[in-house]
Amino acid sequence: MSFDSKIPAGEMNEKWNDYKGHVKLVNPANKRKLEIIVVGTGLAGASAAASLGEMGYKVKAFCFQDSPRRAHSIAAQGGINAAKNYQNDGDSVFRLFYDTVKGGDYRAREANVHRLAEVSSAIIDQCVAQGVPFAREYGGLLSNRSFGGTQVQRTFYAAGQTGQQLLLGAYSALERQIALGNVTMYARHEMLDVVLIDDKARGIIARNLVTGELEKHFGHAVLLCTGGYGNVFYLSTNAMGSNVTAAWKAHKKGAFFGNPCFTQIHPTCIPVSGEYQSKLTLMSESLRNDGRIWVPKKKDDNRKAIDIPEEERDYYLERRYPAFGNLVPRDVASRAAKERCDEGYGVGTTKLAVYLDFKDAIVRYGKTEQGKQGITNGSVEDAIKLGKAVVEEKYGNLFEMYDKITGENPYEMPMRIYPAVHYTMGGLWVDYELQTTVKGLYAMGEANFSDHGANRLGASALMQGLADGYFVIPYTLGNYLADDISTASIPTTHPAFEATEKAVRERINTLMNIKGTKTVESFHKRLGKIMWEKCGMARNAKGLQEAIVEIQELKKEFWSDVKIPGEINSMNPELDKAGRVADFIELGELMCKDALDRNESCGGHFREESQTDDGEAKRDDVNFSYVSAWEFKGESNWQLNKEPLNFEIVKPSQRSYK
Amino acid sequence: MEHYNMNLTLKVWRQKNNQSAGSMESYQVKDISSEMSFLEMFDVLNEQLIVAGDDPIAFDHDCREGICGQCSMHINGRAHGPWTNNTTCQLHMRAFKDGDTIVVEPWRSKAFPVIKDLMVDRSAFDRIIQAGGYISVNTGNAVDANSLPIDKKDADNAFMAAACIGCGACVATCKNSSAMLFVSAKVAQLAQLPQGQPERESRVLNMVAQMDKENFGNCTNTYACEVECPKGISVSNIARLNREFLTAGLSTEE
Repeated sequence: MSFDSKIPAGEMNEKWNDYKGHVKLVNPANKRKLEIIVVGTGLAGASAAASLGEMGYKVKAFCFQDSPRRAHSIAAQGGINAAKNYQNDGDSVFRLFYDTVKGGDYRAREANVHRLAEVSSAIIDQCVAQGVPFAREYGGLLSNRSFGGTQVQRTFYAAGQTGQQLLLGAYSALERQIALGNVTMYARHEMLDVVLIDDKARGIIARNLVTGELEKHFGHAVLLCTGGYGNVFYLSTNAMGSNVTAAWKAHKKGAFFGNPCFTQIHPTCIPVSGEYQSKLTLMSESLRNDGRIWVPKKKDDNRKAIDIPEEERDYYLERRYPAFGNLVPRDVASRAAKERCDEGYGVGTTKLAVYLDFKDAIVRYGKTEQGKQGITNGSVEDAIKLGKAVVEEKYGNLFEMYDKITGENPYEMPMRIYPAVHYTMGGLWVDYELQTTVKGLYAMGEANFSDHGANRLGASALMQGLADGYFVIPYTLGNYLADDISTASIPTTHPAFEATEKAVRERINTLMNIKGTKTVESFHKRLGKIMWEKCGMARNAKGLQEAIVEIQELKKEFWSDVKIPGEINSMNPELDKAGRVADFIELGELMCKDALDRNESCGGHFREESQTDDGEAKRDDVNFSYVSAWEFKGESNWQLNKEPLNFEIVKPSQRSYK
Repeated sequence: MEHYNMNLTLKVWRQKNNQSAGSMESYQVKDISSEMSFLEMFDVLNEQLIVAGDDPIAFDHDCREGICGQCSMHINGRAHGPWTNNTTCQLHMRAFKDGDTIVVEPWRSKAFPVIKDLMVDRSAFDRIIQAGGYISVNTGNAVDANSLPIDKKDADNAFMAAACIGCGACVATCKNSSAMLFVSAKVAQLAQLPQGQPERESRVLNMVAQMDKENFGNCTNTYACEVECPKGISVSNIARLNREFLTAGLSTEE
C-alpha cells in the first residue's frame, strides 16, 4: 500500500502553483463520462459536489440529513480566516501559514498548510460572489475581527452565524447543479461501506434511511466529506447525527487513520446539567475577551457567586498565566478548568463548572460610557446600567442563548462554563492531493487529518472545508481521473458490489438479531465516559491502558447484549445509531492506542508524563515529530506507520503563555 | 434558577409510514427535570419505549442548538412550542409544570407529507431553491470581494433575511400552509445584493412557480409565520416578494 505524501518539490511558496501548472487535465468530453461520489454535504462536500458538477463531471451526493442544507458546518459561529490583509495590519499568506503551523503545535504538514493559506483569499471572493452576507463597514467594504492565536484581523464573519451563511452559499451552488442535472442528490442516505475493485475505490453501499433498503452506487472516485468524530465522547458540541462511520469503513478497507488522538476541547461551553444531557452547546471564544474566569478559593463553596467576596475568588488563569491571563489558547484554558474542578473547587450543582464573570467588564464599559457622556460624578449603579448596554451590543445573542438553556441571566450572575469536545484534528490520512492510502478514495474537510496539526486555530475549520472543496479537489482529482478515462462505468452487478452489499446486510442482520437488553444509547454513554475520563483533556499511560481493556469489554458486551427495536426494511433510527456506535467503539480503542504511543504533550493532546515542572505541556520534537498513520490489520490490531514531519520554514519552538 | 421535577402526560402523533393512517397515543413520563431540553425529555421517553419493547418515536433533530432547522414539532398547537423565536431543540422543560398534558404533532401541510411519526418530508423547500434560490457563479469566477462595496444597510437587511433556517415552522403554523415567508426570505436576500441583480426577475418568477407547484397555499396576511419563526424573519420580506413578483411579471419579455 502506498504511503507517500506526494509533496511537490520546489520552494514552499511555489509548490501549489507549480503543481497546478503541471497537473494532468481531463477534457470536457471525458468529464461527462466520469462519475464521482461525494459523501457528506457540509462545507467540504457541498463545495466539492457543486464545483465538480460545474466542471462537467457526473456527481452523486449523499447526506444522512433530510437536506444538504443541514450539515453541521451550519453551527459554526465565529468566522472564517483569510489572508486578505484588508485591514492593512501586516497580514500575508506567509503569516496565516506560520500562525497555523505554530497554532497546530508543529504537528501539521507544512506544504498543505501553505496551500491552505494561499487559497484562503479566493474563498472569500467566491462566497461574496454567491451572495453570502458577510458583515460590512459603513463604507460598504468587508469587516474583519480578530480571533485567538493571531495578532492580525483576518477573520470574516456574518454575526454569530458564519457557518450557516457559508453553508447556505455552498448549498445554493449545489442546488443549482442539481437543477441543471449535473448532481444527483441522495438525502436521508447513509454510506455503510466503500466498494473496492482492483484495489481502487469504485463505489459505495448506502442505506436509504426512509425505506431501509440498501443501494449500490458506482463512482470512478469516492470523496468522503463526512466531518469529525467528536461524538465518540458521547457529549460534544457536534450534532447528534455526526459520526465516524463512513471514515471508519474506509479505514477498515485500507485507508490509514491519521493522528486519531488529536481532539480539540473547547474551554467555553455550557456545562452538563444532568445524566440525561444529550449534547453540549458552545459559547463563542470571543467571550473571553471580556469575561474573567474564576472559582472560589474555598473547596466545596456552596454560596451563590454574588455572595462570594472578591478576596475569596481565585482568578486562576490570571494567577497562572499573567502574560495572557484569560486569553490563553483553548487547550491551556481547558486544562486549567479541569485542574480546578478535579481539585474540588468547581461550582454549580455538578461541581464541574467554573465562572465566567462579566461584572468587571460591565463596570469598565459603563465608566467609559460615562466618560464619553461627560459624566464625572456618576454612580456605580449608572455605570452598570450603561455597561450592560455595551455588553449586550457585543454579546447579546450569546447571552440570550445562555439564558435560554440555563434559565439564568448572565448580566446579573456569572456564566457557568466547562470545556467540551468540539473538533477532531485527526482523521483519514491523506496525501497532498487529499487522496487516502486507497486509490480513488479521497477525504476532505474535518474528515481528513491534514492541516491543523495537534490544535486548530479558531476560524480555520470553515477555511479548510471550503479550500478542500472549492479550490483543491477540482485540481487534484483530475490528476487521478486523467488516467481513468478509458474505464467505463462498472455495473453494480459486479461481484465486488454484490459481496460488499452482502457483508453490509449480514452486519445489519447480526445487529438486529442480538436482541439483548441494553439500549444503543446506554452503550454510547458508557463509551463516552471512558473516553472523556481516560482519553480526554489529560491522558496517562495507565489510564489509556485501562481504557483499551474497558473498550474491548464494552465492545463484547455491545455485540452480545444490545437491544435494537424495529425492523430492517423500514425507517429505523435506532438501527442507524447502533451501526454508528459500533464504529465509535472501535475508533475509541484506536484513539487510546494512538494517545498511548504519543508520549509527549502537544496541542490538545496532554500526556501527564510529559509536562514541565510547573505543569505545562512539554512537546518532544526529537521523538514525536511525525504523523501517526494507523493501518487496520484486523480486530483490535493496527500497525503504526510514521510520516516524518520536516519543517523547512517554520522552526519549532516551545509555546509559553506565562 | 430553581430546579424542579415533573410528571407529564404526552399525547403524541404516531404514524408508521406515509401509507398508513396515524393516531394520537398517550404516554406518561416521570421525574422530568426542569433543566432538560424538550428533546431530551423525548430521549427519556424513547429509552422507556425501547426497554418496554415498543417502537420509539421518530422525530427529526440534529444540531440541538437552534441552527440546522431539522427539528420540527408542533407542541400544544404551536410550531416549536410555547417560547417565541425558538426552535424545538432549544425549548426547555421549565416551560412546563408538574401534571401538564403536552400534545405533540408533526408539521401539518399537504406539501410536507409525514414520513413517520413526527418526521415530515420537506424536500419541497430544496426544490424551490433549485428553481432559482442562488446566484449563478461557478467556482473560480469571482472578482476580489472588496471590489463590490455594498451599503451596510442593504447588507444587514440581506443578512437578516438570510438567517432563515428552512425549518418550515412558517408553513406549519399558517392556516393556508403558505411557504411565502420561506420563499420571500431568499428572494429578499438576493434582491438586496448587487450580486443578485442579473437573475433578479427570473429568480422570483421561477421560485414562486415552483412554490405553487408544490401545493403550498396562498398568503392571506395573518402574520402567524412571523410570530412562530425561530429566527424572527419579518413579514416585510413577503411584501418585498410581492413587489418583486409584480415588477418581474410586468417587465418580463415572455
